[in-house]
Amino acid sequence: MRPSLIREMKSLLGAVNVLDKQEDLLLYEFDGSVEKGRPDLVVFPHTTAEVSQIVKLAGRYEVPVVGRGAGTGLSGGALARGGGVMIVFARMNKIIEIDVENRWAVVQPGVVNLDITRAVEHAGLYFAPDPSSAKSCTIGGNVAENAGGPHTLACGVTTNHVSALELVLPDGEIVRVGGKHGDAAGYDLCGLFVGSEGTLALVTEVTVKLARKPEAVKTLLAIFETIEDASQAVVEITASGITPAACEMLDGWTLRVVEDYVHAGYPRDSGAVLLLEVEGLREAVEGQAAAIAAVCRKCRAREVRLAKDDHERDLLWKGRKSAFGALGRVAPSNYVLDGVIPRSKLPQALERIKEIGKRYGFNVGNIFHAGDGNLHPIVLYDPRDAKQFENAVAAAREIIRACVEMGGALTGEHGVGMEKNELMGLLFSDADFALMRRVHDAFNPDSSLNPGKIFPLSKGCGEIRIKKKEAVGAKL
Amino acid sequence: MKVAADVAGRLVEAIGAKRVVAAEEELATYAIDGLVPSAIVRPASVEEVAEVVRLAVKDKLAVVPVGARSKCELGMAPQQYDIAIDMTGLRGIAHYDAGDLTLSVDAGIPLRELEIYLKEKGQFLPLAVPCFESATAGGTIASGIDSALRLQYGSPRDFLIGAEFVDGTGQLCRSGGRVVKNVTGYDLHKLLIGSLGTIGVITRVNFRTFPLPTTFGGHLAGFANSREALEYRSAVEKAGLPVANLEVLSPSVAGMIRAILQKSEEPLPPELERADWSVYSSFEGNEEVVRRIALDLDTIAREACSAQSRILQPAEDEALGGMLRECFEWLRWASPANVICRLVLPEIKTGFLTGLLQLAESVAPRSALLVRAAGIVYFAVFAEENDEVAIASLAKAVSRVNALARAGNGHTTLLRAPTAIKSQAGEMAGEHIDRGMQLRVKQAFDPAGVFVPGRIVGGI
Repeated sequence: MRPSLIREMKSLLGAVNVLDKQEDLLLYEFDGSVEKGRPDLVVFPHTTAEVSQIVKLAGRYEVPVVGRGAGTGLSGGALARGGGVMIVFARMNKIIEIDVENRWAVVQPGVVNLDITRAVEHAGLYFAPDPSSAKSCTIGGNVAENAGGPHTLACGVTTNHVSALELVLPDGEIVRVGGKHGDAAGYDLCGLFVGSEGTLALVTEVTVKLARKPEAVKTLLAIFETIEDASQAVVEITASGITPAACEMLDGWTLRVVEDYVHAGYPRDSGAVLLLEVEGLREAVEGQAAAIAAVCRKCRAREVRLAKDDHERDLLWKGRKSAFGALGRVAPSNYVLDGVIPRSKLPQALERIKEIGKRYGFNVGNIFHAGDGNLHPIVLYDPRDAKQFENAVAAAREIIRACVEMGGALTGEHGVGMEKNELMGLLFSDADFALMRRVHDAFNPDSSLNPGKIFPLSKGCGEIRIKKKEAVGAKL
Repeated sequence: MKVAADVAGRLVEAIGAKRVVAAEEELATYAIDGLVPSAIVRPASVEEVAEVVRLAVKDKLAVVPVGARSKCELGMAPQQYDIAIDMTGLRGIAHYDAGDLTLSVDAGIPLRELEIYLKEKGQFLPLAVPCFESATAGGTIASGIDSALRLQYGSPRDFLIGAEFVDGTGQLCRSGGRVVKNVTGYDLHKLLIGSLGTIGVITRVNFRTFPLPTTFGGHLAGFANSREALEYRSAVEKAGLPVANLEVLSPSVAGMIRAILQKSEEPLPPELERADWSVYSSFEGNEEVVRRIALDLDTIAREACSAQSRILQPAEDEALGGMLRECFEWLRWASPANVICRLVLPEIKTGFLTGLLQLAESVAPRSALLVRAAGIVYFAVFAEENDEVAIASLAKAVSRVNALARAGNGHTTLLRAPTAIKSQAGEMAGEHIDRGMQLRVKQAFDPAGVFVPGRIVGGI
């Protein structure tokens, strides 16, 4: 990185908002995935105008730029694959405006997901998308990845709850898309930018819709002897037309690890549990809970427990939400996969995953959003063992391939990033890539923003080159 | 006619005579804003669609994809229109996984046919749109027209999970997939919603389907004025009742519905006979839920000083629900010349509605106002003649509506207007559009500008 760029960046933002020491940069080399990519410079803007200036400055030096929220992403979306400047939005963390009456809020990208709910819950409102990392992940990252979560089954994912965005384009231009107060005219640009993984623009302001807290909630824990029975129950619940607010599965192996850590009350001797939630009017909830319990029993559930109060409910959810932390106790590292399948194929999919894991010598855990067919197989491995890591990646690819073969998709909520860009060819044709590339280039023509993501690097027509750090350096 | 014969001839060469129509009387039925195409093609395969688009690119012809042609008047007048691609021949069901509640269909399938098909499995698609009897799945998506069930089920952007389409280079592209949760690649299919055929020919649409509720209910409340009606609307919203539909009808809208229902001898809620302002809601669920919502609505209405509040009989509810689904249809045929504006507002206040009605009064004898879900207001102004004077007064109305909407931090889209005033009115309504951003999308999808140039406000 040229010293003059660092100097200029410090004079623009103040030295306290710029990191350029290797030991500091090292911390930004990772996210929640197994990928790596170290930036050459990390900067912390406070305003949209600063973001625009940073982008322009980086552009003058022909250095790539990547945006980052809390770095909890699971596909390498917020990693500096081509080096360059990383814009961390942590200090743009203000809630700008809340309209309780009309149920929307305008927030800066660095606002933590759960803080939106905390700011509006006094009025009986909440922000519906609830990724497991809701306590730390930021709304900017949620928008970039179109994040989901357990409760998106009934409520929808981030894109369903974002109505407008302020963006900084790679040339520094500040634009607004979407309708702050409702439908915008023309093409649904907001729908395009949400989930574009930071490859089209940087998000500097988000208008979110706020949901009204349901009148009644019931949380059930259905306990099964086998994972097959639990998956069959999910298939039948879905087919019967009941849409729970959440429908999460933990297999026996995972739930034992979780139980040892959280003591959520999961039965250690069971084959799998379903954590189910229904919400809405009291009258609806009663009926749905009864219907779900009946389906579970029909699918040989050993027991269906109903959380009797908020404390019990919170404990059950704590188990689910702390699962990945719990897994950290049993292996040096874990690789959380993210695939989607049609819900009717759940039993077959779990069977395939088990078989693939076995072949590569892994015990694959499963803790996932069963209700929308969003699988999260977990491969435990030791990163110090190169062969084991290689096998973990190979197993992961095979599992994702199996999802696609069953009519599913590469990713349900984690994004493509640099984890799956080489797998995109499983779903998309040359013509698809050509169009996606034209859309990409319409906003990010030089690939200066978040290069090396989404598009396969190995395939001619979808190729988006990463500028090599050396090359950039040499040019300067 | 030489050009016309030429276009048809080239199309025949490309995809065969069976698929090409150039008879004048038939061409006339495909006119949009007075513009008649030179040829109609009726492709029997996606390859043929792509072939036609490639030919149009090569010969610099303008293409308009159409379904049942029930909403072709949405949007600005096309600047050029050579070939209509009639998609109604592609009407298959490609995939239906009832257990997964996912569906993939060809663009030309009529919604009515889908309704019957899905009903067998106890499911449905929440696209309660006007011209329901003829509208196609692809056309409905391209039109972006409002669904009457939006309040509960969202707009198509919430349940369209993927699509296939021929882009402006004549290539078949896909976006999304057939699963309910998916973040693989850009959400290009969302851009197709309301695109009016300007970025691609939609060939297939994938949806999430929904379980058909077991019980339906309807409620109608009458109020002495718009203030009380809006207060009631807001109280229902605050109560968090999951209603599918909550529509505020101005006295003239009530009157129009009354006239149509009487004429067709359908069940007419007596409240509409004497109502000033009415608020209709429909709701669904199991029996207990429907009963609960009905009773709550009744209580809230009485607290809001409703002059009449009543839980509707199923037949009345069905008739009224159907009328509101079709509102765009009967509004547009209500007079020889008219404009229908769709306003989107952050907040709907009494003063605003009064302002609209006053401005209407100053230019035309009749108007209609319907407050819908999601801050949407339909406002129609009717002229009793289709002459220059009438059209000038409608133009004046549109410019005033637009000014009023802007003053209220909202914006206006023209759902319908006489061609003569479309461009002027459209320009005003399009002032809030970021043309540069819109054009980037248009050019990425359609680099040669083969799809209906000028259709989106701002000359896109």
